[in-house]
Amino acid sequence: MKKIINDPADVVVEALRGLAAAHPDLLRVTEDPAVVARADAPRAGKVAIVSGGGSGHEPLHGGFVGPGMLDAACPGAVFTSPTPDQVQAAVSQVDGGAGVLLLVKNYTGDVLNFETAAELAAADGVEVRSVVIDDDVAVQDSLYTAGRRGVGATVLVEKIVGAAAEAGADLDTCARLARAVVAGARSMGIALTAPTVPHVGEPSFTLGEDEMEVGIGIHGEPGRRREPLPGAEGVVAALLEPILSDLPFAAGDEVLLFTNSMGGTPLLELYLAHGIAERVLAERGITVTRRLVGPYITSLEMQGMSLTLLRLDDELTRLWDAPVQTAALRWGR
Amino acid sequence: MGCDAAGVARAVRAAAELVTAHRDELVRLDQAIGDADHGENLKRGFGFVLAALDQSTPDTPGAVLKLVATTLISKVGGAAGPLYGTAFLRAATAVGAASELTPDLVSVALQAALDGVVARGKAEVGDKTMVDALTPAVEAARGSTVAEVLTAAAAAAEAGAESTIPLTARKGRASYLGERSAGHLDPGARSTSLMLRAFAEAAS
Repeated sequence: MKKIINDPADVVVEALRGLAAAHPDLLRVTEDPAVVARADAPRAGKVAIVSGGGSGHEPLHGGFVGPGMLDAACPGAVFTSPTPDQVQAAVSQVDGGAGVLLLVKNYTGDVLNFETAAELAAADGVEVRSVVIDDDVAVQDSLYTAGRRGVGATVLVEKIVGAAAEAGADLDTCARLARAVVAGARSMGIALTAPTVPHVGEPSFTLGEDEMEVGIGIHGEPGRRREPLPGAEGVVAALLEPILSDLPFAAGDEVLLFTNSMGGTPLLELYLAHGIAERVLAERGITVTRRLVGPYITSLEMQGMSLTLLRLDDELTRLWDAPVQTAALRWGR
Repeated sequence: MGCDAAGVARAVRAAAELVTAHRDELVRLDQAIGDADHGENLKRGFGFVLAALDQSTPDTPGAVLKLVATTLISKVGGAAGPLYGTAFLRAATAVGAASELTPDLVSVALQAALDGVVARGKAEVGDKTMVDALTPAVEAARGSTVAEVLTAAAAAAEAGAESTIPLTARKGRASYLGERSAGHLDPGARSTSLMLRAFAEAAS
């Protein structure tokens, strides 16, 4: 294992200190329990948006804390959901009296811990809603699995709901918008290499030079199947086809296309793949009206990528375009 | 051993030691079909449990179990934190204020732990989870002494854990692999059998 770290046990807290040092204008960090909160929280009368999950997916979630997006993020240990204490601490730090919306990726641990936290916060008198994000089409049969995973759509939900809350939307509206984004978004990912979890010290799985893992998540868990690595056209097709047929997306749809690096794939390759995806969508009569390209929901140093498509309407487009000031996403004023 | 608060605390310490000693094995099992954090998370969580037991000495078996529960829930995260935390919390509630555990109370506590895990995690036997170890353990937990009850439970849990190897996971992160999860021992079932083995040895 080659990493720029000290003791693997201290990776998350040391990274949080760096995040705080880099962005004092946007956020503040508390260490025990670990919470990243907006520097100006709590904002009186504003619905607070709180998310969180295991670390190792940076910039998710801490890099999305700031005006126009998250009020707080709860970073767990690497690939491990946060504890109820963390979530409860985040809620109490950012609750501005208008209620708190918890955005939860659909993993067994995340759901259990956020559920417990929501009960604790409600007992404290805070109005709390939770929306579970489950956009990964790689997981097919939800009767026989823990259900679809929350992946790329998480970034889009956090941005869109964050914009609504910033503009003064109430808790019900924020929750409705979160569910609308989840309902209209689908994602799929592939990996060329596995991530190395610091406390494990070796890659989570091994792939041959000529292989790709199809249908991966963001935790180094193996995917649904292993295939010979095709060229970029084949990779994009392997990602797009199951997405398009699942919702399904159809000619005439206006969409946001989110081309995401899993951490180790350089932008040169990512833009190459993005260009192909735009062309294929145009050929299908699907109009890409908004884009996001880059490493935004990662799996440590894993090489690989995911595509997320979100069907847009005027309301979602307007909220996507609204100003955002975070470590990882910044536009507008 | 005596099954008063001090005896239960000794059993918990023994479980912490055994789980910690098997940290690498649990990581490897989880690496194969999950996200490689189970051994590390339990080691971390039981480290906090040991520290909590060093700081305070609860005066009933139920209070010891409750301290374990709240520590695991607040410190571990992942699925293991709330699931094992719930198991210990339900066991604590089941034994109530008793000053000493009887064989019957141990059986009742194990049943309560299983019920809690099932209620939280919604898993059934055959889903390739800790329920596959805990369910046979509860069914086997009979005997005239606490040691007998726990030894029977531990043996059944070990067999139950082994039974997960050919199964296709239907709950938790391993379920994302579909049929590729078959052929691997479930790490949660393994850690459950380790804890029960430690309890049985501490009681003998």
